[in-house]
Amino acid sequence: MDLAPSAEQQARALAVAELLAKHASPERVRAAEPLGFDGPLWQHVSARNWPDLDALLDLALVAEEMGRHLAPAPFVEVAVSRRLLRAAGVDVGVGDATITTLALHDSSSGVARLVPAGAVADAVVALRHGELVVVPIHGARPGAPVSNLGCLPIADCPVDGSDATQLMGADRAGAAHTRAVDEWRVLTASALVGLAAGALDLAVNHVTHRHQFGVPVGSFQAVQHRLADLATDLEGARLLARKAAWSADQRASDAPALAAMAFVWAAGAAHRVTTDSLHFHGGYGYTLENDIQLSFRRAKAWALVLDDPERELSRLGDTLYAVVG
Amino acid sequence: MDFALHESGEAFRSEVRVFLAEHLTQDVRERVRRTGTVHDWRFHRALGAKGWIGAGWPVEFGGQGRGPWELRIFYEECARADAPTDGLSMTLMVANTLRVAGTEVQQREILPRVLAGEVVICLGYSEPDTGSDVAAARLSAIRDGDDWILNGQKVFTSLAHEAQYVFLLTRTNADAPKHRGLTMFLVPMDTPGIDVEPLWTLGAPGRTNRTFYTDVRVPDAARVGDVDGGWDVMTAALTFERGGTLGAVRALEETVAWARTARRPDGSAVIDDPLVRRRLARVAIENEVAALLSHRTTWTAAEGHLPGVEGSMAKLFSSESVQRCTADLLDLMGTEGLLTQDQPDAPAAGAVEAAHRKAAVARIYGGTSEVLRSIVAERGLGLPRTRAAR
Ligand SMILES: Cc1cc2nc3c(=O)[nH]c(=O)nc-3n(C[C@H](O)[C@H](O)[C@H](O)COP(=O)(O)OP(=O)(O)OC[C@H]3O[C@@H](n4cnc5c(N)ncnc54)[C@H](O)[C@@H]3O)c2cc1C
Repeated sequence: MDLAPSAEQQARALAVAELLAKHASPERVRAAEPLGFDGPLWQHVSARNWPDLDALLDLALVAEEMGRHLAPAPFVEVAVSRRLLRAAGVDVGVGDATITTLALHDSSSGVARLVPAGAVADAVVALRHGELVVVPIHGARPGAPVSNLGCLPIADCPVDGSDATQLMGADRAGAAHTRAVDEWRVLTASALVGLAAGALDLAVNHVTHRHQFGVPVGSFQAVQHRLADLATDLEGARLLARKAAWSADQRASDAPALAAMAFVWAAGAAHRVTTDSLHFHGGYGYTLENDIQLSFRRAKAWALVLDDPERELSRLGDTLYAVVG
Repeated sequence: MDFALHESGEAFRSEVRVFLAEHLTQDVRERVRRTGTVHDWRFHRALGAKGWIGAGWPVEFGGQGRGPWELRIFYEECARADAPTDGLSMTLMVANTLRVAGTEVQQREILPRVLAGEVVICLGYSEPDTGSDVAAARLSAIRDGDDWILNGQKVFTSLAHEAQYVFLLTRTNADAPKHRGLTMFLVPMDTPGIDVEPLWTLGAPGRTNRTFYTDVRVPDAARVGDVDGGWDVMTAALTFERGGTLGAVRALEETVAWARTARRPDGSAVIDDPLVRRRLARVAIENEVAALLSHRTTWTAAEGHLPGVEGSMAKLFSSESVQRCTADLLDLMGTEGLLTQDQPDAPAAGAVEAAHRKAAVARIYGGTSEVLRSIVAERGLGLPRTRAAR
């Protein structure tokens, strides 16, 4: 066991952090609202080939940094859909700024509902009547924002047109789509871990400097102890998301279960961390001028793009304990 | 990064399992259950014969020189099998301290017997009025020529009724600041003036003790560390203690096995109920988190760092999680979950009911959850210190 990222991984995380400090500052994140997309930022990120990294663990470590900065860029969706396209034999250019995304649910109805990055994507990969298709998205970009809690570029994507291209037939489409969604779960868990870490830093900083009753509010145990629990939950989420990514790279048999575990735990931890971090800012936390509201809204939204986390837990229960035969 | 446990560790794991299967007999389990004493001499001596009491000790101290991962695996397997290892862990805490702070005579006379499984050492820290604030201990030690005279009371002195020695925290200077007036002694339990009285617990059942010390005379040779330097010895010992434990692994395994076979009145298996599966899944996630946090502690130690904050997080999470999870597993058994081990129709032979009671103690001893949260907050997150009375 070795829990330290490699020198290469550390150097890359540092490069991502440096780039995002410049191009995904809280001001830029705010300016990208309500659509939730920053074109120049995306040019930088895609030009560095980060969405094209091979190992899911490498992608996960980048996603953590993206999450920490609330980067308005469709990193997770592009990374996951490109992996799926490549698995289908499509020649996807490395370092390309083209945005592809993945419809997370079965789209046999003809319209993929509220697809993440759907509002800014050039094409969407979808599972439709058992087959996997890629459908170009026409129309003016950036697309019209669908007003939503997290200022996410989500949009309904029609997938029943004649311009759909089949990627995989029924023989392997379902399994490939399931695996891609599992990868999305892992990378989103990683992004949520980064997001929560950023929020916790804001809270720790605030309660260290804010004085009431003549002492820093961070010296009150009622505050300290909840932050300690949150830091612990978050550390667990980080380890679990990284392990899930690593297991997927190893093609381990428990990789699907770990992906679900990582997603459910990170969604819960990010929700708890951000709500309490907001709370410990007092009234200022409720104001739009305070940055904590940015993470508070996104913590819920990033996870809910998939589904009710409780339903994800049910799925996990079926995976782990379903009675076969 | 690599999340796989080392292969040598896996080989060792099978060896431990074989050992436990052989020595953890029904007879041993029955005796633990009857006496509430989570220690068994025959089992303990078998560990000694195998060389596993000193598994992690350097070879020159009579140990096997095994690394932190093998030790972790050893303790995981013991926990999973519910082996009676209280005596082992307490004794090792003191023996580790003696290796660092004991006199040559103490090391020569006691350590080989510890390794052979002939000696158990209990911990005399807590007193009726001092628990978390352990440095406020009052049991007095007064010099009398070459001897010391001890007077006072300890409580929660677990295994005092089995141990050959007690590692005793005493007050030698009442005027100094509280951390600077403490001295440690290693006192034979058969010294005249020591009385042991059982104190029964929620364990199923469980026994700890009150211990009374009346004009107990010990030679200065029984002292460990400097006079008034007991706090440094204590804190050295405490760093050997926290590592985090497994989550509710055994309780989950028992519940899953029960749910697969038990039938509802309509004939369906309990596990067919999606609500049951979802709740089992939640416990499975918490167990995974607990395991990862405690593996991180081991990894930090293996990297040569002192895992103070990591260990506190791991112990905080796993003990709180076990309390939550065993309660939920008990609930999902329905009313039958109430039945205790002696009832033939108790689900999972009452194992979850027992686990649920025992879970209450993990958040109390070895540093209460509140004490650990303060460590994580102040040392881990760097928050300003809470102003407490000194
Ligand atoms: C089964 C069992 C076995 C034990 N075995 C041993 C043994 O072998 N040897 C030994 O010496 N001791 C032993 N102990 C004692 C154990 O170490 C103490 O119970 C523990 O340290 C807590 O002390 P206390 O019980 O006096 O509780 P207290 O310290 O009085 O605490 C009461 C409550 O107040 C909270 N509290 C205390 N201080 C603070 C603070 N600063 N901030 C916030 N909250 C606080 C605690 O968290 C707790 O919830 C054992 C205990 C049990 C139950």
